[in-house]
Amino acid sequence: MKLWQLFLGLALLVGIVGSPFASHSPDGLERVAIDYGFIEKGEEVLFAAPIADYRVSFLESETAATALAGLLGVLVVFGATAGVGAILSKR
Amino acid sequence: MHIPDGFLGGGIEAAMGVLSTGVLGYSLRKTYRRVDKEQVLALGATAAFVFSAQMVNFEVAMGTSGHFVGALFAAILFGPFLANILMTVLLVVQMAVFQDGGLLALGANVFNMGVAGIFGGYLVYGLMKELVGGRYGILVGAFAAGWVSVVLAAIFCALQLGLSGVFSLPALLGSMLSVHIKIGVAEGLLTLMLVGMVVRMQPAVVADADGSALLVEQGGGA
Repeated sequence: MKLWQLFLGLALLVGIVGSPFASHSPDGLERVAIDYGFIEKGEEVLFAAPIADYRVSFLESETAATALAGLLGVLVVFGATAGVGAILSKR
Repeated sequence: MHIPDGFLGGGIEAAMGVLSTGVLGYSLRKTYRRVDKEQVLALGATAAFVFSAQMVNFEVAMGTSGHFVGALFAAILFGPFLANILMTVLLVVQMAVFQDGGLLALGANVFNMGVAGIFGGYLVYGLMKELVGGRYGILVGAFAAGWVSVVLAAIFCALQLGLSGVFSLPALLGSMLSVHIKIGVAEGLLTLMLVGMVVRMQPAVVADADGSALLVEQGGGA
């Protein structure tokens, strides 16, 4: 197996199957922002991102919404990064 | 550790934006027309894997979570310049599609995780690899560099917040460090495991001095 196939396989596995198991606790930065009382400064967003908080909005089930967000994210990031890599590649 | 919009002052955001753009420009110049065609897919797949791993937050203390950053895993495989490009693309997608990290804070987030973390961590990787030597050097280096990258990112994040005046700088530094020295251990272990896996599968990928054999020709300068 080639490395890229292994990594993409792992990405799909973790993004679709693993992501619904993620902890919902605030991360290190959010914890500090809560403790020091400036978390609300970050609540106003400048634009509405299509898949905010890693959940697609049209699915009821949180597990399914997160898994689909994971799948879409893996594909978008794979395509975008490989695209930049292709631009940088040798002629 | 993705900073949302609203946390930072405009001056800090602008300064970080300029710095991160400058570094990205340099990375693009260093790697332009030097990436092996066959390795383009590996770069994309690594970015995709790092994205997925970043989604899976794990508990580090009561009520606080952390996640793998993956910057050093990418840097050890592809060298720091391609890793900087990879992390920039990743952070742009996370911001634009998933509302993770702010638009105006993008420069700061790229700087913390994709510049300070990568180049600082990569320096430590090179040092440890040299000091310890051999396959163990690569693994010890991977662990140390992973830890350093997260801690450095946290330090710069605290500095940006402190300079923006959201809270006292010493308190921010202390709190950010106390959480991220723990998250860094997980980062180091995961980086070590992943690099160890690649070393077993394809030793040549991480064997050369600057660690960029996978994508950039030896002597290619990147």
